[in-house]
Amino acid sequence: MEIKILGSGCPKCQTTEKNVKEALAESGLNAQVDKVTNVMEIAKYGVFLTPAVVIDGKVKSVGKIPDMEEIKMWIEQ
Amino acid sequence: MKERIKLLIIVLIFLACYFIPWSNSTIRQSGLEAFMMLQEYAREHVLTCLIPAFFIAGAIAVFVSQASVLKYFGARAKKFLSYSVASVSGTVLAVCSCTVLPLFAGIYSRGAGIGPATAFLYSGPAINVLAIVLTARILGWQLGLARAIGAVLFAILTGLLMAFFFRKDDTARIAGQIYLPEEGDKGRTLTQEAFFMLTLVLILIFAAFAKPAEGSTGLWPIIFAVKWYITGGLLVVLGFMLKGWFVKDERVTWVQSTWGFMKQIFPLLGAGVLVAGFMLGRPGHSALIPEHYIQYLVGGNSLWANLFASVSGALMYFATLTEVPILQGLLGAGMGKGPALSLLLAGPALSLPNMLVIGSVMGVKKTATFCVIIVVMSTIAGMCYGAIVG
Repeated sequence: MEIKILGSGCPKCQTTEKNVKEALAESGLNAQVDKVTNVMEIAKYGVFLTPAVVIDGKVKSVGKIPDMEEIKMWIEQ
Repeated sequence: MKERIKLLIIVLIFLACYFIPWSNSTIRQSGLEAFMMLQEYAREHVLTCLIPAFFIAGAIAVFVSQASVLKYFGARAKKFLSYSVASVSGTVLAVCSCTVLPLFAGIYSRGAGIGPATAFLYSGPAINVLAIVLTARILGWQLGLARAIGAVLFAILTGLLMAFFFRKDDTARIAGQIYLPEEGDKGRTLTQEAFFMLTLVLILIFAAFAKPAEGSTGLWPIIFAVKWYITGGLLVVLGFMLKGWFVKDERVTWVQSTWGFMKQIFPLLGAGVLVAGFMLGRPGHSALIPEHYIQYLVGGNSLWANLFASVSGALMYFATLTEVPILQGLLGAGMGKGPALSLLLAGPALSLPNMLVIGSVMGVKKTATFCVIIVVMSTIAGMCYGAIVG
């Protein structure tokens, strides 16, 4: 599984990254977590608002900090 | 924060402590001015102006549906709507430039194209609600109003000019899925939301209601005399609205987002006030930089003064809202009203670091054009404003 966190480094994006990592740790799954900070890269995903979470190429959330429950649902699928 | 940067900061602070010549009387005076100015802000502006404004910014971030705004930036949106929405959406979408840049890149490369994208890029940081409120409060309502109107007009003009200059532009736009934040069912009518925002804005207006001049008659002193009763009444109304119309989650996110803005902006603003006080002093008091320098560079309303103000505004980086205390200091030290507006219009939208990112998105040529358009228009607006206000 490949998880990408899109965001230009604002506090919200950092919280999102932390939530994703904690959700991964709690569900015991292994995944590659990358940050995408280049704005053109972000735009390529069709995402207008950050932070956004992309899992295996699919955009899961846009413009908000997803909570742990949501993230667990996505990664356990 | 990386450890190396922490070390660097500590070393810098140490060097400052070690070397600042506090025995020099000008330096002492400047240090005193810095804290006097900070105190003035703490006493006059924090409780009645900034705190309500933060709650409004928080409410806008949480309760205004971003998806409903963003859909006007899609590739198939009507051009007329894209421009009008882009020019005012800064009030709704952005408080700091870190949200503006990804949005700009998205609109530019996947959405409505260069015109609306640059219109938004300009309006985003320039007309957020906190900046306008604080400008009007501290620098006078004339300048606040001029800033708000100027920013909206500039956004549209910049967008149209960019679209005209680069009309043959063939940047391959990738048509594809655009992801917007989902629009949750909120269980409130638009009227209810409008009333809620109106109440917040009224609280801000009455709490920050300025003391009328001695001996003035009419409505103004009457309102001033009862302003705290009105504010109290409005707070009660607000309480009922919150209880009746919003669920607990929404209230929590509102407070969280308000708190987020405060954490982000207060330290920067405090530091900005200290620096402005140290360098320039409160209006009527001199500090480190002698007043005749300021008067020489940006005094009066000459072409040179306006141009200098807009170019330096374009290059300098102002953290959100810090442009206000800096301008307060400059105006107090003899800056003209026209150059002040030039700096306000060119300042927040552009900065050297910002230009680098914009350059990576749309290339050097377009970025240069964008900056030149803004500098030229700011200079002209400053001269007109200076001529009118005097």
